[in-house]
Amino acid sequence: MCQKDSAATVVDVQTRILARNDNAAAHNREHFLERGIFSVNVMGSPGSGKTAVLEATARAFGDPRRLAALAGDLATDNDAARLLRAGLRSRAIETGQACHLDAEMVHHELHHFDLTGVDYFFIENVGNLVCPAVYDLGQRANVVVLSVTEGEDKPLKYPTMFAKANLVLLTKADLLPHLPNVSVPAILDALARVMPDPRLISIESLADKGVLDWIDWLTKSRNAMLASREVREPHMVMA
Amino acid sequence: MHEYSIIQSLVDSVAAAVGQRDATEQRTVQRVDVAIGELAGVDCALLATAFEVFRDGTICERATLTIDRIPARWECTRCGGAMARGGFLRCALCDAPARLAAGDEIVLQQIELEVA
Repeated sequence: MCQKDSAATVVDVQTRILARNDNAAAHNREHFLERGIFSVNVMGSPGSGKTAVLEATARAFGDPRRLAALAGDLATDNDAARLLRAGLRSRAIETGQACHLDAEMVHHELHHFDLTGVDYFFIENVGNLVCPAVYDLGQRANVVVLSVTEGEDKPLKYPTMFAKANLVLLTKADLLPHLPNVSVPAILDALARVMPDPRLISIESLADKGVLDWIDWLTKSRNAMLASREVREPHMVMA
Repeated sequence: MHEYSIIQSLVDSVAAAVGQRDATEQRTVQRVDVAIGELAGVDCALLATAFEVFRDGTICERATLTIDRIPARWECTRCGGAMARGGFLRCALCDAPARLAAGDEIVLQQIELEVA
């Protein structure tokens, strides 16, 4: 639609500025879905415990070969190395100065992954409560790792990330006795004001507490994904 | 500072939109209008600064940027009722979760061109 005068033309565009990223994300999502892989964008502050959660997941999972992970950081492959030691297939994405991962970075790395036998793929985003929420990576679920030491009002301060979360993992709960100004009910109250369907699982990664609840959530979520795929493509043989 | 990468994508989007028009025309982009939702995770002041810095040498070199800030609006998935700002995102009448009806936009709306 154009409105013309003698000097200027107005072109009505109405496109998403990040359409190219969104297209790459849709491609990644289809890639995971075709293989029956449940993909999770794991976000949270630096030091919130994202890597520790994935290490604990590998310990509790039984067969960590069914798990794979990408670990994004500005520099070093330290997290990917930790995950590899925990038994996950993993690779690092060093973003340089970029404060988030994008779908094309993930797509590039997927070319280097043997996903045979993998059921869950974790994309550990750059530690940051702002920028990663903007970029779709092709995940099926967003999980935010929030440590109790960050304070109970973090969801209110960073609503965009929590509004997009399917699940919040509350970590380092064993420190609560030392934090008189932090209470779990207050965190739940804050979440309910920014998350339409707030779900929270408390995890103590180093003590392996709460990890089975998280694995149960993953299992049910993957089963729901497989069931929806069956509805969409009833001819497919389910794994 | 993902606002810089959003401006990179914006300039690419403008170039694509302008390139779709008649290739024989001389076109100068005068104005770029974008809509940014309150919950899009984009800081409008940083976006404006990034545009000032990044437009040099691009198709947007002479363009101004106007930003339409869209307020967040949550509504009940069942009855469509609006949620009070800052309140719980669950409908008190239906006990159904809310959905974001507006406020996550990162959209290139319009481009004003001078055509010679």
